[in-house]
Amino acid sequence: MCLAIPGKIVSVEEANGLRSARIQFGGIVRQASLDFVPEAQVGDYVMVHVGYAISRVDAAEAERTYQLLEEMGALEEELPESSD
Amino acid sequence: MKFLDEYRDARIARTLAKEVAANTTRDWVLMEICGGQTHTIMRYGLDEILPKQIELVHGPGCPVCVTPLETIDKAIALALHPDVILVSYGDMLRVPGSNSDLFRAKAEGADVRVAYSPSEAVKIARANPDKKVVFLAIGFETTAPANAMAAWLAKRDGLKNLSLLVSHVLVPPAIRALLATPENRVQGFIAPGHVCTVMGYSEYEGLVRDFNVPIVVGGFEPVDLLEAVLMLVKQLERGEARVENQYVRSVTYQGNVRAQEVVREVFEIADQKWRGIGMIPNSGLRLSDAYADYDANRIFDLDLISADEPAECISAKVLQGLRKPTDCPAFAIRCTPENPLGAPMVSSEGACAAYYHYRRHAGSLTKIAV
Ligand code: SF4
Repeated sequence: MCLAIPGKIVSVEEANGLRSARIQFGGIVRQASLDFVPEAQVGDYVMVHVGYAISRVDAAEAERTYQLLEEMGALEEELPESSD
Repeated sequence: MKFLDEYRDARIARTLAKEVAANTTRDWVLMEICGGQTHTIMRYGLDEILPKQIELVHGPGCPVCVTPLETIDKAIALALHPDVILVSYGDMLRVPGSNSDLFRAKAEGADVRVAYSPSEAVKIARANPDKKVVFLAIGFETTAPANAMAAWLAKRDGLKNLSLLVSHVLVPPAIRALLATPENRVQGFIAPGHVCTVMGYSEYEGLVRDFNVPIVVGGFEPVDLLEAVLMLVKQLERGEARVENQYVRSVTYQGNVRAQEVVREVFEIADQKWRGIGMIPNSGLRLSDAYADYDANRIFDLDLISADEPAECISAKVLQGLRKPTDCPAFAIRCTPENPLGAPMVSSEGACAAYYHYRRHAGSLTKIAV
């Protein structure tokens, strides 16, 4: 139930005082509300939970964390397999 | 999918597991709070690639599992009213009430509709002005803003035929209750990343201070969880206890302030009963007086007698991390997802269901190592 999935905003619309977007998740596009992420724009990634975006994915942070992790993985390849 | 696939990278997962092993000198008991995290751990066999000294116990973070029996009974009773449409998240349909479940009520002719989002409940209410639409609004902090929006929209638009049957639970008071029990073995917590996406993580600082226990906010993918375990182990081995944030791509210290505002506008903090666990002070949300007209508990006069849980079901112990699902005598024999005795066998986030799907056979292969 607490699942939230990252998706990319492809278009934004406003109706009846509420802001919503079409959001792409892999091959699927779904409508979701942007009421809680007023700063989110087309091209941004947002975490979507039960039809509401609850955060804008911090791409810079994600990139940095991932690079750190990648380096760890890459480092491992240069080392012999440990016996476990 | 971006921001998803890379956190399922087996190579990085294995490296992180080795890093954990290199940093572990003694036994540690860690708990992941959220059932979504339990699901990932079982699905990818993360517990099996971690060193033996690290024991992962599973927490109560399954909203479907902890929704009180009385609430399920009320939902079923309301659904059976001829002028009511009951709208629910799909996971709730097979959760056993005292004598029945919503799925059976539907088969008996009740108008039960499954919604993916609370906004669908609002739409159904607009489209059916002659019916009373009751939305079964359950969840943790993650879902509270979206559920609050259903009441907020109903009030704003003067919708008179929508009400909410609310069962909302809060994570920090539950962690406090777990830590205060004499049987507690947990030495470090992985806090639920999506709860913290909404709420931030300042609330966890008091727990760290009062109980000297490290808490790391963690994500939901294998790499997230292994990194959170590594961060916890490093703190524990150094004798530290701090709040750290592994899930930086979604969680900030203050959380989503806008979402918190809507929750504060619609709900207020209240004592809350957790199925299997019992009453925990200030651990839930109920509709505030300003939203009394949208509160199914106040609109419908329901006095129901609930039966007890089946004696065999040890879900109370499972939800507190004191026992594993496989310790239950009914597990996979008399209790299966098709015929569940207890709620943790129903939801995909329930620990019993996760064990059933991924760990029925002893010695299952380590899935991430392929
Ligand atoms: S396996 Fe079934 S009966 Fe046993 S604790 Fe889990 S839900 Fe209850």
